[in-house]
Amino acid sequence: MSIPLPQKIILYVLLIVTSLMVFLPTALAFIMSFMTNQDILAGNLPQSFTLDNYKYVFENFPMLQYLINSFVVSIVIMIGQLLLSSLAAYAFVFLEFKGRDIIFYIFIATMMIPFEASVIPNFQTIRDLGWLDTYQGLTFPFFAMAFGTFLLRQNFKMIPKELREASLIEGIGDFKFYLTVVLPVAKTSLITLGVYGFLTSWNMYLWPLLATTNDKVRTVQIGLKQMSSQEQLNQWGVLMAGSVIVVIPTLLLLFFGQKHLQKGLTDGAVK
Amino acid sequence: MTEKITMNNIVKRYDKEVTVLDDIDLTINEGEFFVMVGPSGSGKSTLLRMIAGLEDITDGVMKIDDNVINHLPPKKRNLSMVFQSYALYPHMTVRDNILFGLKARKVNKEEQQKRLHETAEMIGLSDYLDRKPRQLSGGQRQRVALARAIVSQAPICLMDEPLSNLDAKLRANMRIEIRRLQRQFGLTMVYVTHDQVEAMTMGDRIMVLDSGKIQQVGRPIDLYNEPANLFVASFIGSPKMNIGTVQKDIGSKKFIIEGELAVDVPDRVIESLKDIPNITVGIRAEHITPPEEGKEIHTLEVMNVENLGNETSIAFDVGKEIWTAKWPGQWDIKVGEALPVNISHEDFAYFDSDTTQLIRSSRSALKEGDEIDAVQQK
Repeated sequence: MSIPLPQKIILYVLLIVTSLMVFLPTALAFIMSFMTNQDILAGNLPQSFTLDNYKYVFENFPMLQYLINSFVVSIVIMIGQLLLSSLAAYAFVFLEFKGRDIIFYIFIATMMIPFEASVIPNFQTIRDLGWLDTYQGLTFPFFAMAFGTFLLRQNFKMIPKELREASLIEGIGDFKFYLTVVLPVAKTSLITLGVYGFLTSWNMYLWPLLATTNDKVRTVQIGLKQMSSQEQLNQWGVLMAGSVIVVIPTLLLLFFGQKHLQKGLTDGAVK
Repeated sequence: MTEKITMNNIVKRYDKEVTVLDDIDLTINEGEFFVMVGPSGSGKSTLLRMIAGLEDITDGVMKIDDNVINHLPPKKRNLSMVFQSYALYPHMTVRDNILFGLKARKVNKEEQQKRLHETAEMIGLSDYLDRKPRQLSGGQRQRVALARAIVSQAPICLMDEPLSNLDAKLRANMRIEIRRLQRQFGLTMVYVTHDQVEAMTMGDRIMVLDSGKIQQVGRPIDLYNEPANLFVASFIGSPKMNIGTVQKDIGSKKFIIEGELAVDVPDRVIESLKDIPNITVGIRAEHITPPEEGKEIHTLEVMNVENLGNETSIAFDVGKEIWTAKWPGQWDIKVGEALPVNISHEDFAYFDSDTTQLIRSSRSALKEGDEIDAVQQK
């Protein structure tokens, strides 16, 4: 694509300005996490490089435990969502039963109910099951996901019906067709949904706050919040170091996921 | 010949209202290449899918080898199918695509490999086994779809417009190839197409279907020479049969076609048609011939000329209709010219305009030695 030079300059200036606006807070946090407290409070430019903040975070808080908890919770939720959403989407696309469309619309309608509205019934259920402070209490309520079902249904619908028909003639059952044809063909969407599910769970705040009471299962977001409330205001460097640690998995996932997503998108181009 | 597929009064209705297929009675013989042809929406694909078990049968009985299969799932019908879109699994290699069905049927590994290599060899896919469908051309994908059908060794093969996505040259090749494979394996082939050329060139027998009803079943040449009704007459053959409505002029023993063309008709023909109030005649393009002495000559105005090198196709205005003549060789004819041609009543097929049914065939439907009066009358 060729753009005339003056336009190109304007374009790049705008891009640089907006990217600065977006990334400045993150960059600032990153830099601050390596600065000494005096420098931060004095508003100086960084005079020296120090890893003390990171050391402090790991020594004074069960950061590693939080990270492990968050990973476990996020991965379990991601797998659960992928499994249930893809199975439900398969039913909505490839199985024919009475009232299929109506059920689907009701399903979609639940997307309009915000999670906050169902927090209390969910909490009561989890408490009655005795699942407070457990991984299953943190993860189960998120397995059924209307959005994921919707996304995958749209994607599965693009799989030609003839593929299912051809497999019917060859004597392939629904489950085998789901495993050997639908999932590989819809790989791109599954990855997208997986990344989305992982990040949403990673950044989840309200539910872990309610469903956990101790450090054994508490996730990293709650840990971060506790850190900022327990520490005195002047410990900014420590707080930033904690934030950076929390952000790293997200960034990693985006970097690798994006590369894979682009590959997947071009891969799927079949007539 | 033994009967392979039998259908008795097959009906297909959607939502108990829309009738797609009505009262289909049909027998397909073992080892036969049977073509179902008709315009889009005629129900031919639906019928094929009913044989495959992909559509429910609303009413009637369908049998394969004398066993009722109305409610049998597709996999138990022991047949293979080639789809218009080929339906290849995009994420699998050609090899896996071909073997997918065999693996599902738990055919043993050695047998799988043996069949794979035989089939690939025969269809010319040996070099492409490790490619994905998207790395293949249209013709190659078509071959993979064929290979998948053949490797299953099912005695019945169903094809749903398999050549419609190919270009003309490739299509001609594939026609021959499919025919060869069908003969080689003695397959009972049920082939759906909307292309009457495919139907004519490939079929042992053809069924013409229109708006869910069988119009005619028979050998290609019989359908061409003796179309059962006006629909078949205009559907089979390229260019289509020239058709015109008739006014009888009994006094001068002439039929006036489309109010323009007066053709001499002998008494016995007039006599045999006297009970039919409205008549339509049909004449094939090759029966409007270059003028010869001693034959009935008519003059028609030339509307268009297509010179194809080996033959010349000439279009005329006859009343509201456009008639076409096909003359062998090259002719120097100008548009607008008044061209003398031979048209003989013997080449006319006569149809009842009200019922559209054939009443009297043309002489091309006669077998040698038959008298023109001996033509079967319906």
